[in-house]
Amino acid sequence: MWLDPGLKWLEATALATEIRENEILFPWVESVHVLAIALVVGSISILDLRLLGLASLDRPVGKLTRDVLPCTWVAFAFAAVTGSLLFSAKASGYAGNFFFRGKLILLVMAALNMALFHAFTTRDLDRWSANAHPPMAAKVAGGISLALWIAIVAFGRWIGFTLH
Amino acid sequence: MISLDRFCLWLEQTSLSQVIQATSWIVPSVQTVHILALATLLASIFMINLRLLRVVARDQPLERVSARFLPVIWWALPILLVTGAIMIIGEPARSLKNPLFQLKMALLLAALALTAFYQIGLSRSRERYDLAKRGGGAALIALPSFALWIAIVFCGRWIAYY
Repeated sequence: MWLDPGLKWLEATALATEIRENEILFPWVESVHVLAIALVVGSISILDLRLLGLASLDRPVGKLTRDVLPCTWVAFAFAAVTGSLLFSAKASGYAGNFFFRGKLILLVMAALNMALFHAFTTRDLDRWSANAHPPMAAKVAGGISLALWIAIVAFGRWIGFTLH
Repeated sequence: MISLDRFCLWLEQTSLSQVIQATSWIVPSVQTVHILALATLLASIFMINLRLLRVVARDQPLERVSARFLPVIWWALPILLVTGAIMIIGEPARSLKNPLFQLKMALLLAALALTAFYQIGLSRSRERYDLAKRGGGAALIALPSFALWIAIVFCGRWIAYY
């Protein structure tokens, strides 16, 4: 694969070698990764369920977003950093893994879904923020987000069982 | 601990354990559900604790935030216990005899006791957690709760390495 030299270089860096060879470091980084991804998925699902009109109906979408999204972003930063560290330790292994590749594609799809939602659907947020049932476009965005993040967790867990 | 060794040996011979051991997709599927339930529970805990610390939803009464997120904790818990039990049945000795698993269960009992204490306290006297008062009482619930649940997640991941 054209990425191979880069992956080999990454694996050989001092940090990657340390994470791979230090028996304590890898599970520590993994623990932070699990905590972070749980908070990302848990907090985003609060918003998704609100968009779907299923929960938190007494809180306007705009206010709930301000309650939840900062927590999501902080957790996501931790998940991305720890994920990159775990990746660097076994870069070629992960790069060739079906579930790792799938997880990255799903993450890009979740990012696109979120970007489209913020760019278009929330333009007239003030009109429907307090509605128990947001417009169909918002419901669709919430449903897609929920499904994508569930799949991301599943793919992530399967990496651990298929990585050689 | 004569009985724990024998219990583990017996459990791994049961047909249910044999099925879990022999079917490759069961453990990752159950672990996925376990993590999703954990995500749900953890996010709810964080929302309540962050509200207690007046970091989020300051304009919403504490009872409303708690009424939204406390039931979620008690719904996610049985899912976590059932999926956790399936993992134990699949590998009894590696979990039940593992000190980190035992620590995790002790921390879980403490975390649940704290949550129940908060819930009962909230229903008895709302003034104690009044949103106008910034008193240290709220932090005495929120900070140990954060610490306990984060420690539970870490113990869970470390069971695999001990």
